[in-house]
Amino acid sequence: MKAIEIQGLTKTYANGVEALKGIDLVVEQGDFYALLGPNGAGKSTTIGVLSSLVTKSQGSVEIFGHSIDTALEAAKSCIGLVPQEFNFNQFETLLQIVVNQAGYYGVPRKEAIKRAEKYLTQLELWDKRNHRARELSGGMKRRLMIARALMHEPQMLILDEPTAGVDIEIRRGMWDFLRTINQQGKTIILTTHYLEEAELLCRNIGIINKGQIVTNTSMKALLATLNVETFVLDLSAPSADVQLTDFDWRVVNDSSIEVDVAKEKGMNSVFAQLDAQGIQVLSMRNKANRLEELFVAMMGEQANQPKTTEEQGA
Amino acid sequence: MSASVNYIALKSIVRKECTRFLRIWVQTLVPPAITTTLYFVIFGGLIGSRVGEMGGVSYMDYIVPGLIMMSVITSSYSNVASSFFSAKFQRNIEELLVAPVPNYIIVLGYVIGGMCRGLLVGCVVTLVAFLFSDLHFHHVGILVVVILLTAMLFALGGMFNALFAKTFDDVSIIPTFVLTPLTYLGGVFYSISLLPEVWQWVSKLNPIVYMVNTFRYGFLGISDIPVAPSIAMLIAMTIVLFMVILNMLKRGVGIRS
Repeated sequence: MKAIEIQGLTKTYANGVEALKGIDLVVEQGDFYALLGPNGAGKSTTIGVLSSLVTKSQGSVEIFGHSIDTALEAAKSCIGLVPQEFNFNQFETLLQIVVNQAGYYGVPRKEAIKRAEKYLTQLELWDKRNHRARELSGGMKRRLMIARALMHEPQMLILDEPTAGVDIEIRRGMWDFLRTINQQGKTIILTTHYLEEAELLCRNIGIINKGQIVTNTSMKALLATLNVETFVLDLSAPSADVQLTDFDWRVVNDSSIEVDVAKEKGMNSVFAQLDAQGIQVLSMRNKANRLEELFVAMMGEQANQPKTTEEQGA
Repeated sequence: MSASVNYIALKSIVRKECTRFLRIWVQTLVPPAITTTLYFVIFGGLIGSRVGEMGGVSYMDYIVPGLIMMSVITSSYSNVASSFFSAKFQRNIEELLVAPVPNYIIVLGYVIGGMCRGLLVGCVVTLVAFLFSDLHFHHVGILVVVILLTAMLFALGGMFNALFAKTFDDVSIIPTFVLTPLTYLGGVFYSISLLPEVWQWVSKLNPIVYMVNTFRYGFLGISDIPVAPSIAMLIAMTIVLFMVILNMLKRGVGIRS
């Protein structure tokens, strides 16, 4: 079963901005899917079309087999949306916000209150249920939007930068929560600027840039295309004493160096050369997240591609 | 969606709307009571006693129906205009737009919410009026029909305004420059039969004249305008505005990009 099937989706806004230029995208049921791209790439427009907040210009969109053209209400029922911006009434209490939201999906009030207890408790907000939303911290507001999106128990959750501005402890808690509900069968689509988050959580990934899908593959396959990784090594000796051949490397500070390691070469030769010089490697880490390296490289390639005649003429 | 699902959605919107205006009762319920009390004291008591009779009844009795109507119109309109625009402004209207709620349920939910506030304010003002005048009900059926239709029409008007509004100024422009003049010139304080013929004709272009007079008929049994055509006109205007708003929502005017 396909959770999402998009074909030839275009969106041109009233001001003439062409946000989507014919997107094809399939997300399978049960997937944990990352939709990545730089600012203004078309991620939020895609999510807007899926959740019917943005009207498409052309193309077809099906959500769990329901076309948004012919069965919009059924399609809407399958989605729980966690938007990028806080979009609840700041003067309402948490309980009012989530119970009303359930009501819009036809969940009777008694049942809605039970679900509110369940999801607000899971997201550690039950104690705050009678507080007004504006009294919450940023992290709590993000979690409130997740609880609200789950109230009608949708098959799919779409999260548009759910951890933006959230501290690492809460972010990790949210990751655990999202992993758990995905394991229970909920399809999750995630957009994020924290590429570490996408790499940790998502099985499949789509990268969108300038309104077009650049890559749509599994996370594993994408990471396998990364040929060179940069590692930072903390050493027992001054970095000025280091001699390495066959590798591109640089001094970071007095006791650290960074080394570019091609996939086919591996790290053993680096360790062997340092060992021969009597230098111990105290610790080692990736300079950047692997997905981040790939993402930056891909966006760089896109930017360097020659412009089409049409673009040059525009 | 099934009828029961829509009914639950409708109840949720109405509950949310009523909770909102009851939460801020000092802003929504108290001011009309104070304002109309002042009207009763100044226009009805102090000035009215010098005016004498109008339409065969005391001036105080004459202005009571119009003042009740005025508070219902203002409250119904402003409730929906400010609530719906705030929902657009804070973007919590998206809570409804992403849900499988048919547009007519959204309109009905907000309109019933506005009507509830309008009618509650109308009741408060009526209670205050009992302190100042010897009110009686000439035709309760007409009173109920006219007040419900008027509250509904102006709640729809508030929604129409909020859909177009882009700033808070846009929400206050129509009440200030259109609604208030039409209400004051709508025969609340005088019988249009006192006006020169040409101004009587101009007054008959003002829909509020029909509402105030029909409502006054329900209380006092007197009206400058025939009652049945007025009610028919109210029904027609309500249906037309409802359809226009539904069409706007369908096209996403003011709410979808």
